[in-house]
Order: sequence, then structure tokens, then C-alpha cells
Amino acid sequence: MRVVAAMSGGVDSAVAAARMLDAGHEVVGVHLALSQSAATLRESARGCCTIEDAGDARRVADMLGIPFYVWDMAARFKRDVMEDFVAEYAAGRTPNPCLRCNEKIKFAALLDKAVALGFDAVATGHYAQIVERTGGARELHRAVDQAKDQSYVLGVLTADQLARSFFPLGDTTKPEIRSEARDRGFYVASKPDSHDICFIADGDTRGWLSRRLGEQPGDIVDAESGEVVGAHAGAYGYTVGQRRGLGLPRHTQDGQPRYVVNVDAQSNTVVVGTADLLGVNAITGDHARWCGPAPEGVIAVGAQVRAHGEEIPATAWADCTEVQVRLSERVRGVAPGQSVVLYDGTRVVGSATISSAALER
Amino acid sequence: MLPSALDAMAEQMALTGNPSSLHTAGRAARRVVEESRERLARAVGARPSEVVFTSGGTEADNLAVKGAFAARREQHPARHRLVVSAIEHHAVLDCVDHLVAHEGAKVTWVEPDAEGLVTPAAVRAAIEEDPEAVALVSVMWANNEVGAVQPVGEIARVAHEYGIPVHSDAVQALAHVPVDFAGSDVDLMTITAHKVGGPHGVGALVVKRNMQVAPQSHGGGQERQIRSGTLDAPAIRGFATAVEEAIGRQAEESARVMALRDRLITSALALDYGITVTGFWEAGDGIRRLPGNAHLLVPGCEGDSLLYLLDAAGVECSTGSACQAGVPQPSHVLLAMGIAEQDARGALRLTLGHTSTDADVDACLTALPAAVDRARLASGVAG
Repeated sequence: MRVVAAMSGGVDSAVAAARMLDAGHEVVGVHLALSQSAATLRESARGCCTIEDAGDARRVADMLGIPFYVWDMAARFKRDVMEDFVAEYAAGRTPNPCLRCNEKIKFAALLDKAVALGFDAVATGHYAQIVERTGGARELHRAVDQAKDQSYVLGVLTADQLARSFFPLGDTTKPEIRSEARDRGFYVASKPDSHDICFIADGDTRGWLSRRLGEQPGDIVDAESGEVVGAHAGAYGYTVGQRRGLGLPRHTQDGQPRYVVNVDAQSNTVVVGTADLLGVNAITGDHARWCGPAPEGVIAVGAQVRAHGEEIPATAWADCTEVQVRLSERVRGVAPGQSVVLYDGTRVVGSATISSAALER
Repeated sequence: MLPSALDAMAEQMALTGNPSSLHTAGRAARRVVEESRERLARAVGARPSEVVFTSGGTEADNLAVKGAFAARREQHPARHRLVVSAIEHHAVLDCVDHLVAHEGAKVTWVEPDAEGLVTPAAVRAAIEEDPEAVALVSVMWANNEVGAVQPVGEIARVAHEYGIPVHSDAVQALAHVPVDFAGSDVDLMTITAHKVGGPHGVGALVVKRNMQVAPQSHGGGQERQIRSGTLDAPAIRGFATAVEEAIGRQAEESARVMALRDRLITSALALDYGITVTGFWEAGDGIRRLPGNAHLLVPGCEGDSLLYLLDAAGVECSTGSACQAGVPQPSHVLLAMGIAEQDARGALRLTLGHTSTDADVDACLTALPAAVDRARLASGVAG
């Protein structure tokens, strides 16, 4: 097959490209330029799409002897990922930009362009597995390496997208990938993993948001008493389940710490309460995406509500693009805007964006 | 590299000897450097003492623009303006930007006309804004992207009326069109070896004897105190050999390459794709447009898609310029010529040289229609 290997400049996508080549495919390396200002050098594990990353990707492509191109998708990335990120926070939700990037950029804009240019598929360095069933249906499964598994952020992929995707690293652990990269002579073998949000280089999400949304002073209100217990500079800076950074007195009257239990963007109010107010077991999600045929009726699943979170036994049923999930136990800190990804064993069934969560008895 | 240049360079590399040393080996190396300087000077219509060897075109451009600006300002502190064409290579553009940002220079960019030509009248108009303040005029001999050969002789005449020296970057022109330093009357001229079949890493700034240039690197005082650094005798010998040979067969080679260019352009325009040729082009003219330059605009395409598709079909070409990270940018040359940004993204630069054949042109013309179809498809989905 003719395959585009998406090469970030990191160790994972380097090995993924090499493995596709070993498997006998015709491989072309493509680095996505997503940053508005690429002319910076990366200083830590944060940030991406710098000159250095593009150079690292090119160096690996040269070693593999494959053609290498940089595709400029900065405008698309800004519109579909960064602006969506700001709008979601402004609406009081907590988005996951990696999911959005996979949905709109890597397996949409990049894949579509590749297909138009005559390629059959895109390969990435994500830790997830594709299992091909007899008859050709492709299923998305968790990676062998539980600690690195990225099936959660791929839960937005549809059957059509999966049909043109390869994840060559899913059957291997991260330490093994690093060692393989060393054996292959890749200079990037010891490059640090990327963390956090690639377009917020200093990791200060609240500061980044406040430069775009401005200061919006408002009240912090106690959920039970309704009293104003503090002040904030913008409700968008808070996430359900958050404890730190509230600026409240360390010791409350009842001696229990307070958490954000609700972010009301409309009234610009942050509502805080004790830990037991955080527990929910009923989730409503919209924007459902199925990694295969849409399920019918009530299904037994495992539900994961955040990246690298635990999987909770649950039942789910779908109605058009809306999904109801009933968890078998209470979970804390379910933030609207995050995704709930549904699993059947190791198989990803699909995902939905959490619109609300409640405690039902 | 030309085989003759490779042989000359390889032979010289086996010999030790620093051309600045006085011992026997040093004197032998010195002789090679001076003979090379004479051969090179003769080939480009200059005197041997006017040739200052550098590490290539970029260094020569830096030396010309920054060195002449500094020397002129020292003599005439009021002369702080630069009159520079908007279609220069980055080796000139970025020097000018540096002088503006750090040395108090002012610049008047001279825009080309729609055919990519920087007219003497436009240069005169730019000088006239404040003639007493102009330190230097810089206009390239031939543009690297669209192949437009500039009227540098006439521009030099205009600038000299005001007592202003002229620099011309002749990297793209040398051995492709006639280049005569004395005949053009420019004061500074940049040339480089690797564009004419010589080695990478060596070039020269040709400097009129009465022209002052402040050194930009300091040290042993080689090259008229203008450019310090141990001379690379093997590279210089390879450079001179390549220039001599390439200029010796320039007329014949230009005619051959021009015929290929004209067939490529004529056939591309005849395809039903709305392709246009950029800048001045007339079949049979190898004086106003570089003989080996075919620069096309393909509507509805991204240049980088075309580049990939043609490369995959065995046709090597380029689009415009790329930034450091490799992101394709619309060319500043095309934008300066008044071409809309969207159209500039569909630029395809096909260069023909001494290894190009009729079969190469055929292969390109065969691959082009399918590549354009696909590139348009890709441009549609990725918009």
C-alpha cells in the first residue's frame, strides 16, 4: 500500500514509519506544521511543531530513505482545534484537544489530502491496535502497553477513518519502542515524551486562556449554602473536580476540602462543594462517534471518562447522536466537554462528548 | 560537478600548502590560487585584483551589502539609504533587513513590473526620493525564480549619474547568459561555483578597484584585507576550471537548453489546464529570460502537492521558497510581481541544465496532466 507516515519528530512516529517500511509498504513521511510560529526551539517536553521537530522528522526520513514533506495545516488546526478549545472553555466545559485534533486534522484533513494525492492510508505512532476481522471490518482496540494506551483519544474515529489507518506500535511497550529506535540508530530514541497541550508551550492553560478571553471576575459560591465564599478572574479557568488554585481558606468550617462541582459560564459562577457532591453515575453525552456499526439497544460496556482514567463497568444506550451512560459505581470529577469512551473488552465501541453528569439513585 | 572541475580539485587536494605561507609548498599553492584568479577574472570580464574569494554566494552578498554600506557611511555619514529590488535572493534581502534593524539604514524596495523586470526608470524614481542619502543600489543580474534577466548595465548608468555604486548578484546568471563585469560597469558582483558545475562552498565577490568595502570577518588580512581566512586552493582551482568551461560553451549550451525550455513551456501552455508562464517569455529568446528557466502557474493547485506528485513520477522540480521548518510559503518574488497569493501557491519551477535532455521534457509533459488533476483534488479537500 501507499502510506503517509505522519512524523512529529518524536520517537514513536519514527518507529511507526520504519515499521510500515519494513512491512513492505511504499511510505512517504509527512510532518504537519500546526504551529502559528514554527520558528522556535523546543526547550522541554512541552510544545511541538518547532523547527527542531521538523528537522528531527526529516533526519529519520532521510535515514529510512523515504521522501519527506511538510504540510502546512496551521490554519485548519487553529480553526478546528485551538478556537474550539477556547470556545469550549468559554462555555464552561473542559475540552480534550488531542481528540479534536485526531478527529479533524490527523484522520480528516491529513487523511483526506493523502487519499486525494493517491495514498491508501495514514500511519501514526499512536499506541492502539487495529484488529481486522474476517470480512475486512477493522476494530480499534487498546494497546498492549496499558500505561501508554491512547485508544481513548482515538475513540472519535469512524469505521471509514479506521479503514485507512495504521497504528504499528500497538503491540509493543514504550520501553521496547525506545530500544528499537536505538537499535535502528535513530537520534530521537531518547527524546522526551511530549506532555500536556502542544500549543500551550509553558503548560499554563489558565494563563493562555486569560490572554484570549480576558479577565472576567466573578463569584465562587458554595453549593449547599449558596453563599459567596470567594472570587475568581474568569470561570473558564476552572474544571469540575478541581481542588487546587481556588484561593479558598485551607480550613473550612466542617474541615473538609472544597472542590469545583460546577462551572456556570452563563452566570460566570464557579460552584464549590465537598467531595461527596462530585460523585456521579449518570452521564449524558452528545456528538457520538462509533468506531464501527452503531450499537442497538442497551449494551454492557466499560466507560472511561478521561485520558488515562480507569474503566468503569456501565450500561449505555444511544439515540441518534446522544448517548446515555449509567455507571455501576460513582465517579468523581466528570467534567462536561471531556469525552466518555465506551469499550467492549479491549475493543473501542465509540465515544461521546460529555454534556452533563448527575447522581441518580 | 563538471568532470574537469572535479579532477582539478581532486588533484589539488592531494597537495599540501597554505597559499599564505612562504615556503615552497605555500608558494606552489599561492601560484594555483593566483592562476585561478586570473582565469576567473578573464572569464567574467574583470581584472584579477578585483576578485575576492569567499565561501559562496551568501557570504559575497553579505560582504557586498553590509561591507559597502559600512564603508560608504564612514565616508558620507548622510548616506544611509539602500535602493534594492524587491525580488532579490534572501542573501541580499536579509542583509538589508539587518541593516535596517540594527544600523539605522532606510530602504526603498524597487518593485518589478508584471514581467519581473526591474526597470531603470523605477530605480531612478527610487533614487530621486533623496539622491544624496543613497549608499548603494542592489539589483540581481537574473532572478532565480522566474528567470527574468535584469538590465543591470542601464541601472548602473542611472545610479552612476548620482555617484551611487551598484551591486549585482549574478549567481543565477553566470554561464547562462553573457556576464561581463567591466562591460556592465557594476561596482560589485556576486558569483558562486556550484551553480556552474564547480564545488559547493566557494564563490567570489568581484570588487571594482576604487570601491571601498569594509571587511565583515577579521583576521589574517587575506584578499585585499577585505576577506580574511585561509584560502581553499583546491576549491578555488575547481571553481576557476568550472567557470572557464561553462562560459566557454555557454552560447552553444544556452541554445540547446533554450530549445528544451521553449518546447516545455509551449506544450504546458497548450494543455487544457489554464497554465500560464510567469514573467517575460518569448520562444527563441535566451537573453531576457534565463535559457533554462520554465516557471509556470498552475491554477487550483498547491505547489507542494504538484512537487510530490511530479517527484514520485521521477520529475524533480521546486515550487518557491520554503521557510526553515519547510513550510511552503508563497514566493516574495511572485507577490512583488503583483501575482495574487492564491495563484502564487500554484507555482511550479522547472529548471533545465546541462544534464537535461529531450527525454526529460517528454517525461515531464507526460506526468504533468495526471499530477495536476490529483493536485487539484487534494487542494479541494484540504482547503
